[in-house]
Amino acid sequence: MNMQNPSDATLKPVASLIKARLEAAFSPKKLIIEDDSNKHAGHAGHQHRSESHFTVTVVAQAFENESRISRERMVHKALGDLLPDRIHALRLKLSPPA
Amino acid sequence: MADTINDRIKEILEKSPVVLFMKGTPLFPQCGFSNQVVAILNNIGIEYDSVDVLQDPEIRQGIKVYSDWPTFPQLYIKGELVGGCDIITEMFENGELAELAQKENIARK
Repeated sequence: MNMQNPSDATLKPVASLIKARLEAAFSPKKLIIEDDSNKHAGHAGHQHRSESHFTVTVVAQAFENESRISRERMVHKALGDLLPDRIHALRLKLSPPA
Repeated sequence: MADTINDRIKEILEKSPVVLFMKGTPLFPQCGFSNQVVAILNNIGIEYDSVDVLQDPEIRQGIKVYSDWPTFPQLYIKGELVGGCDIITEMFENGELAELAQKENIARK
């Protein structure tokens, strides 16, 4: 498993929840979680929380032969109550292994 | 109660071939992702209806269940969910969105 995040210890709580749920659901070949929250500080969705906006890249076998809509639905399901309670905005880059 | 929300959603989707459920309005989007999809629709120049989910909590909740999609914006063409911001952006960049609009005979502005 190729983890692109510098170190798990640097992941903040919401990001580590995302990571744990996606790993459990997809055993991804590649998983990158970027916290974009600081770009959105001060706007209505930010809600004074440090973590709210994420870009998540997942490369997993499970996405093979699935439409884009269906790939995103699979991720939404895996994230469960994190979305939209803990995650205000999520940018997803989902693909099967090349 | 649930039926009336679903009926309202169906009515909205039947009224116009292209419907964008978004935060804010096309002139005053309240979210960067909604703003981006508005810009794309304006760029390809098709006619669409928009629904401001911030003004309508019932629709905001109802459409999430209806479409099994938890976030906004949501773009519908001929009653089918095409995608949120990521998918629409990708389909715009690779030309698929314009192709789909043409295939479905969507009116141009």
